[in-house]
Amino acid sequence: MDFNEWVLSLITFLPLVVAALVIALPDEPSQKLIALVGSFVPLGLIIWVLTNYDYSGKGSAVDKDGLQYAVNQSWIPLIKARYHIGIEGIGLPLLALSCLIIPLCIVYSWNHFPEPHNPKAFLALMLILETGMNGTFISQDLILFFVFFELVLLPMYFMIGVWGGPNRQYASLKFFLYTMFGSAFMLLGFLALYFKAGNTFQIHELMANANSMISPSTQRWIFAGLFLGFAIKVPMFPFHTWLPDAHTEAPTQGSVILAAVLLKLGTYGFIKIAIPILPEGAKSWSPVIGALAAVGIIYGALGCLAQTDFKRLIAFSSVAHMGYVMLGISTLTSFGINAAIFGMVAHGFITGMLFFCAGSIKERFHTLEIKRLGGLLKQMPKLGWVLGFASMASLGLPGLAGFWGEFPAILSAYEPHPSLSQSLFRVFMVVAAVGTVFAAGYLLWMYQRTAFGEPKAEWDGHHFDDVHTEEWAAWVPMLLAIVVLGLFPYLLFKITDVPVQSLVEHLNKALGS
Amino acid sequence: MSVLAVFNTGVLSNALAAEAAADKVSDGFLLANSWWLPVMSFVGFWAILLLAKRINVKNAAAYMGIAVIGVQFAFAAGAVVQWQQRTAVVVEHAESQSAEGEAHSTASDTTEAETSDETHAESLGAIGAASGFSLGSEEGEVVKLRPSVERSVSWYRNGDTDIRIGTHVDGFAVAMLFVVAFISLTVHVFSREYLRTDSRITHYFAALSLFTGAMLWMVQSATTLGVLFGWELMGLCSFLLIGHWWEDRDNTDAALKAFFTTRIGDIGLLIGIVILFFAGGKTFDIAVINERALNGEIRQWLCFVAATCLFAGVIGKSAQFPLHTWLPDAMAGPTPASALIHAATMVVAGVYLVARLYGVFWSGFSIHAGGMNLGALVGSITLVMAALLAFVQTDIKKVLAYSTVSQLGYMVMGLAVGGWAGAIFHLVTHAFFKALLFQASGSIAHSGSHHSFEMERMGGLRKYMPVTFATFTAGYLALCGVFPMAGFWSKDEVLTAAKTNGYTWAFVAGSLGAFLTACYMTRTYTKTFFGENRLHLFHDDHDAQLVNTGHDAHTTHDVHVGHVGHEGAGGLEGAGGLEGAGGHEGAGGHDDHGPHESNIWITAPLAALAVMSTVVGLLQWPKFYAFEHFIANITFEETVIARWGSPEFNLTGVAIPSSILGLLGIAIGVVYFKVFNHDFGLVKRGGIFALVHKVLKNKYYLDHLWTGVVIGFVKGPLAKAAYWFNQQGLDGAVDTAGRTSVGVSRWVYRFIDQGTVDMFANGIGSTTNNLGSGLRKTQTGNVQNYAAIFIGAVGLAVLAIVLFI
Repeated sequence: MDFNEWVLSLITFLPLVVAALVIALPDEPSQKLIALVGSFVPLGLIIWVLTNYDYSGKGSAVDKDGLQYAVNQSWIPLIKARYHIGIEGIGLPLLALSCLIIPLCIVYSWNHFPEPHNPKAFLALMLILETGMNGTFISQDLILFFVFFELVLLPMYFMIGVWGGPNRQYASLKFFLYTMFGSAFMLLGFLALYFKAGNTFQIHELMANANSMISPSTQRWIFAGLFLGFAIKVPMFPFHTWLPDAHTEAPTQGSVILAAVLLKLGTYGFIKIAIPILPEGAKSWSPVIGALAAVGIIYGALGCLAQTDFKRLIAFSSVAHMGYVMLGISTLTSFGINAAIFGMVAHGFITGMLFFCAGSIKERFHTLEIKRLGGLLKQMPKLGWVLGFASMASLGLPGLAGFWGEFPAILSAYEPHPSLSQSLFRVFMVVAAVGTVFAAGYLLWMYQRTAFGEPKAEWDGHHFDDVHTEEWAAWVPMLLAIVVLGLFPYLLFKITDVPVQSLVEHLNKALGS
Repeated sequence: MSVLAVFNTGVLSNALAAEAAADKVSDGFLLANSWWLPVMSFVGFWAILLLAKRINVKNAAAYMGIAVIGVQFAFAAGAVVQWQQRTAVVVEHAESQSAEGEAHSTASDTTEAETSDETHAESLGAIGAASGFSLGSEEGEVVKLRPSVERSVSWYRNGDTDIRIGTHVDGFAVAMLFVVAFISLTVHVFSREYLRTDSRITHYFAALSLFTGAMLWMVQSATTLGVLFGWELMGLCSFLLIGHWWEDRDNTDAALKAFFTTRIGDIGLLIGIVILFFAGGKTFDIAVINERALNGEIRQWLCFVAATCLFAGVIGKSAQFPLHTWLPDAMAGPTPASALIHAATMVVAGVYLVARLYGVFWSGFSIHAGGMNLGALVGSITLVMAALLAFVQTDIKKVLAYSTVSQLGYMVMGLAVGGWAGAIFHLVTHAFFKALLFQASGSIAHSGSHHSFEMERMGGLRKYMPVTFATFTAGYLALCGVFPMAGFWSKDEVLTAAKTNGYTWAFVAGSLGAFLTACYMTRTYTKTFFGENRLHLFHDDHDAQLVNTGHDAHTTHDVHVGHVGHEGAGGLEGAGGLEGAGGHEGAGGHDDHGPHESNIWITAPLAALAVMSTVVGLLQWPKFYAFEHFIANITFEETVIARWGSPEFNLTGVAIPSSILGLLGIAIGVVYFKVFNHDFGLVKRGGIFALVHKVLKNKYYLDHLWTGVVIGFVKGPLAKAAYWFNQQGLDGAVDTAGRTSVGVSRWVYRFIDQGTVDMFANGIGSTTNNLGSGLRKTQTGNVQNYAAIFIGAVGLAVLAIVLFI
């Protein structure tokens, strides 16, 4: 096998190997070093993939399923599960995001290991997480997908449960079991697909078979199972209540990874699995998804306005932002799905950045109570401006990445897929547009209370370091990405557009329009 | 990968531009590369931000900013020349078109407009092939039109849909480029002195650059999406500059209010852009959208919906009733920034949008029908109600702010009554004289009234500040519309359009506004420059007064400087200009200084603006209409103006009556405010006057409605209720489900597992039991909750699998 066939597997499993090395190494400096170097290798590999990737989606490197760098090997013959991996434009941006976020988190951790310290375990968990996330984005087999999808739960459970805040046990278990609960139904859906659509777990075979082999009413039931699994992961209103707790209690790095990549496993699942395999189910469920998304946009914003804790506020803003992503997906149009993928990546950078800021504030003030903060621009001007920048990006300012997730999603709701109710989605569009005002409201209000004004008297005489070097090192790539993607959206859209167009074509064919 | 590298000349689907390209009309270097202008600003922004502090020159940021805007100004001026010299496509005017092409015909009236729907469509249909146009042309006359210069590049592709970004440079755009660059240049120079000692001078000039770039981008953008970019970026800069002194809650409140209020309008803007995207055939291209709106390809009701949505954005950005409340508060920013952003340029973005997408508004608001429409209504209400508010202000900047709102009302009304060129002309003249008035008031605060904008502290300043006085006078006369100052010509055009096109009520409101404007400006003018100087009255209780005038952010800042000396100390506006402030240079501090003239950095920009305020109106001298020719636009010429025209100068019907009204306003103002020095004399007598005064003082209670009622409700009860539901409702349900499962499993464990199963499996059972109780000690209730849920779910799953198969 040549390198092309190895590269995705390397990207996925190398972090696991590095994690084992980290555990095996005796002293802290070498653990940190090997973790850092080890996490940069997948980043280098993904950059190699990005430069060699065939963006037209038509070249000889692309297989009949539209995949590149694909491998299809026998894995568990008994249930016909195969080690089938490959990448296309939907998974690629998320895979790249995951490969970038982990090294940045490790860089950020350098001198910022949360209590109870123990860098060895912390680094190993982050690397295991990377394996799980990367594997999810390359899996072309449902069982393989499920294994990776579940693999991420455990390290995150420990990260929150061990390194988290005061209420960490409750939050970590809630996270673990709530998502497990959804996964059970998802697995059920997978099994139903296997038995109903030709005894296969191959995503592309199912795409070809399922719609004709499964009646629309059964599709709706199976879709419901998948929906539950993915919607809890996203999380969509009203399944989001694990998220604020998990985010509030998680250590900074955990929050960043959770927001930047983990949430996207759910949205990715919709685009990659639920919708293409079950077009009829998707058609029936789309109005529900759209409605929940629209509610989530306003509801998440209202939740933000009610918060007194900085980190919890950002957590609620994720509910609102994922609302835009889900709204885009629910339109079943290329505009909407492209916007959704863009929104996922943008949210990863922007909300990740906000959580980094929150972490750095917490580390210095030992509190994130908004009431006690204020005058950040005076105490730490650089951190204050970075926070301001991230807030502006988060409220969807044109010219920054967030805009391209938000605006085209609103756009797509004006003219959803022909099989959907136009007037209903136009209502969603208006709600989503109103949501942009709410976003401006809670973010600016938060910024006014934390960054503007005079510092509170209780901090008189305290000195606070402004942004540290390792913080800059972790943040600058994210800040740059926010600007570059905001100004040059085609960098991302050209990756996603090819598979999204063929997905929509597939839907059109299946839905007969 | 740079988008700039692939920035090639692309032709948007403007038939004429395509033809021009075919004819190899040279584009003119500056016109073709006008996108450099915003790029320069953005480079300047980063350069100032990152380098200014490292350069060992005092006020390096100011000089860097001035250098950039200087180059841009030269560029824009060159573009004006190039546009003027641009080879016009000379065509014989087709007869069928010229029949309707009596552009400056005063004969256009409502009946004529209504009759010719078919001919309208015909003439519109001709646009596609249009190679000529009619502007002031007689039948068969040879006319000239300068084709716009179009450049665009693919921004991203979505399937077959190519989302492009590009520039559309026509006379209107060039005129805007020139105005923005000119005013920005004066503001930069003025700020060099005005914010000399501000510790955040770097941020200030960086924001100024970014703002200028955003505006320069917006006015030449070829697509609605591009306009949105400039629009929002300006909102950000406005936020930064209003909140420049962010230590004070008042200032940041104002900054938030500005951003937030305009965003409310932007809901409409976003939706309008979306509607037009699909209505225009999946394109953001403004020229295409205008054409389709005008030739009926976009249904009228859809145009109406889109125009109404867009108009919400206009109401927010251009401070129209009822969302105007942010603009007076925005005066919390440094005065030169107020002059640039909250008077002369950014606030006209909404007006610009209407003028740019005029086809949509024309068709959507049925402007040709006369009578009344949403735009004319809102504009009329705004111009009168803001003028009334200006009467009760004691702060000169607030007077000017309300005056700005009122004048924006004129522009919106002018566009909505069909006076496209007239309204744009008013936009231009207003930009000059309002920037002048604002900066003159800044000069007063800087050198004449100890950084206060309270008119109570002024008076008699004409003796102390002759240049400021002279220039302010020019701006004052221009605003009052006195012949031959700039405002006379442009206001006249708006009023003429309203009258000629059958918008009687708008005409009445506009005339009333002209009277009110002259009156309240006379009040301000006399209180400021005439009578005795009252500054010394405030010397003894300086600090006490500052506290009393707490709403005036600048003066409150003074207090900080006096004794705290924190980082923001220099942050007060003009602290250094008055050497005594904070006691840095002058031995005696503040109070020893009487009013005096500002230095050349301030007076030179004032003089330049005063010249413009005087002469720029002459561009529309009857018969020549140079400005109108300059901005002539093919799409609108063929349709809007060809059938309506910019009505000709109407000496007896409009010019003389409105001049009389203006002069009457001045006369009454002089008599009431100066000779009798009444000001609120009537108010003190109580009754209806006191009531009116109270309503005006409270700004019609709109602030209470928005901030207190609406925002208060959302931020308070609604948000709290939603969160309560989240914690008690949704999360409560999750916890309850968990607790119930635990209850069930306990029961199962006790009565089934231990009671029955255990009897048959003692050995295993007791082991499990021990293990279980061991585990139980380490577990919290919640662990069990969730374990139970999970087990329950798996159970359900198994059950379902069985059922399915």
